[in-house]
Amino acid sequence: MPQTMFEKVWNNHLVASPEGEPPLIYIDLQLVHEVTSPQAFDGLRMTGRKLRRPDRHIATVDHNVPTTSAEDRLHIIDQTSAAQVNALRKNCKEFGIEFFDVQDASQGIVHMIGPELGATKPGMTIVCGDSHTSTHGAFGALAFGIGTSEVEHVMATQTLPQSKPKTFRITVDGTLPYGVTAKDIILHIIGIIGTDGATGYAVEYAGSAIRALSMEGRMTVCNMSIEAGARAGMIAPDETTFAYLMGRRFSPKGKAWDEAVAHWKSLPSDEGAVFDRELHINAAEITPTVSWGTSPGMVTSIEGKVPSPDDATNEIDRKGYERALEYMGLKAGTPIEQIAIDRVFLGSCTNGRIEDLRAAAEIVKGRHVAATVSAMVVPGSQAVKKQAEGEGLDKIFKDAGFEWREPGCSMCLGMNPDILSPGERCASTSNRNFEGRQGRGGRTHLVSPQMAAAAAIAGHFTDVRNWPNNGGKN
Amino acid sequence: MQPFTKLTSIAVPLDRANVDTDQIIPKQFLKRIERTGYGEFLFFDWRYKLDVPDSVTPNPEFVMNAPQYKGAEILLADKNFGCGSSREHAAWALSDYGFRAVIAPTFADIFFSNAGKNGIVLARLTDDEVSTLMQRAQTPGYEITVDLEAQTVTDAQGFKASFEIDPFRKECLLNGLDDIGLTLRHSAALDKFEAKHDNEFWSAPKTATA
Ligand code: SF4
Repeated sequence: MPQTMFEKVWNNHLVASPEGEPPLIYIDLQLVHEVTSPQAFDGLRMTGRKLRRPDRHIATVDHNVPTTSAEDRLHIIDQTSAAQVNALRKNCKEFGIEFFDVQDASQGIVHMIGPELGATKPGMTIVCGDSHTSTHGAFGALAFGIGTSEVEHVMATQTLPQSKPKTFRITVDGTLPYGVTAKDIILHIIGIIGTDGATGYAVEYAGSAIRALSMEGRMTVCNMSIEAGARAGMIAPDETTFAYLMGRRFSPKGKAWDEAVAHWKSLPSDEGAVFDRELHINAAEITPTVSWGTSPGMVTSIEGKVPSPDDATNEIDRKGYERALEYMGLKAGTPIEQIAIDRVFLGSCTNGRIEDLRAAAEIVKGRHVAATVSAMVVPGSQAVKKQAEGEGLDKIFKDAGFEWREPGCSMCLGMNPDILSPGERCASTSNRNFEGRQGRGGRTHLVSPQMAAAAAIAGHFTDVRNWPNNGGKN
Repeated sequence: MQPFTKLTSIAVPLDRANVDTDQIIPKQFLKRIERTGYGEFLFFDWRYKLDVPDSVTPNPEFVMNAPQYKGAEILLADKNFGCGSSREHAAWALSDYGFRAVIAPTFADIFFSNAGKNGIVLARLTDDEVSTLMQRAQTPGYEITVDLEAQTVTDAQGFKASFEIDPFRKECLLNGLDDIGLTLRHSAALDKFEAKHDNEFWSAPKTATA
């Protein structure tokens, strides 16, 4: 019977299907960071259990490291943050986990370094105590976020009991218009299906517009699967995937590489495979997309207006709209292009990759950030930072008045000192516009890197499709 | 984990949809390395006033602060409760505050599993049933009963609704069973699988050798 890619990966990892219990699946790789792991390590110590497979764990620090300077990262002033970072250092040593510390050339946001190291590969099962683990699905891996009890479970057994999700294929066909990016694809999708639209499903993104994306773009799409409620997002591996992985530190070499590629080529969904649900989207209809509210489903086109609670189709949404407008300090009917911003954040595991920085740099080159705006670039990883500096992107940003920071999660969630003040409005390339996400009272609008860059220059949202210097890169 | 059989308690009607885990427990409290003590930070940004920085003055407009809901062990909410971040701290905070059951039309996936692992029963009722309970919970002293064994939610005024729960999860909650212990019963199957799987080199995160 024809199988979906999800089913193939699932079946390859099925350890046991006990009667009356959820199936037990094997986990190939667990990524570990400082925030969701200390209680799990403690659990192992308390129960006298061992870490079963240290070789299937990789750790780094990202969520609460300062991004201001290399020095500030070594001596974290915030004592609770420092304690968490130290706890991870100690735990990795005690349990024998390979750890990429703040100053390591491979340090970065956990979802950036997996792919960069070649640890993330097609056909694997990958988990992390972080919901954006769905990012790794861009390689055709089954990757999902888990809670700390599950982190401990994987540490102790390298398995997880998991109810089997249903399958959902979202096909995006056609060519993305000039100035429209992977970020706009996923914001557009969430706008259509809602923040719980994919709850209970593993989503596969397919179609010519997805195939045409670089690995960076695919990661952006898969990253935000969780924002639609999906357990995981996946994209079939192909030549783009193989080219990205070739020669990376943990990628197979020589004969093993050829064998791996042969296996990877067997993973895409078979012709005729049946999905529990299907959705088709025409890429040509997608426009640069901006979120206006406090949930990633509250999005509209740059050509659009802030909606009115009366536009909601039901009572619950109407209340949600009202509350969101109040929190965001917006009036229904305001054209999106007229919304002025105070801050710009370029970074995160959604859009902190080299291609994102290149695209944004292309917009800001030779221009200057508006006098009313403070803007910063936080590369997602040390590798991206180094590469960007090699290409002179840091200079372009700094000349334009952006701050150029050290890698980490930064203002995506503001656990480190990078936060918005109450009432401040931010164009952000991150993934969540929840109340207070970027700082208590802060107002977040989710956009693509190009749109964030253009907004920084203009001082308000603006349609990047009209910008002469825009290379039209996706 | 504390076993859950049957609970009768007053209930807090949190009339909001898409309550995300960033609201349940804001990030500034995720820096702790302990598993307990999160209750005082539950719904922090809603529960305390924003005007004074770092203030801990309760916001009287937030429903949970109304004296009539003191000691509530049941939380009522609208659809998609617990969406967003995977932080288990959300479940720890609810449980540490004293909530043992949440009733809503739908819950987000990761939260669903985190709650279960912390002995919190999540009961999915229909929109209409939840709004009936929300209305009634406005009355001081109104109590709801969640019976896990019978899979029902009832009140003294004759309200009765049933909810679905996966039999395995139910068993674990009823008996307060630890998931790792349960998995270790499958050690033989795991050892066998792992020996074979380790030879499938594509599955290894670090395959640097030729
Ligand atoms: S960048 Fe943001 S979304 Fe990504 S792992 Fe860090 S905090 Fe989470």
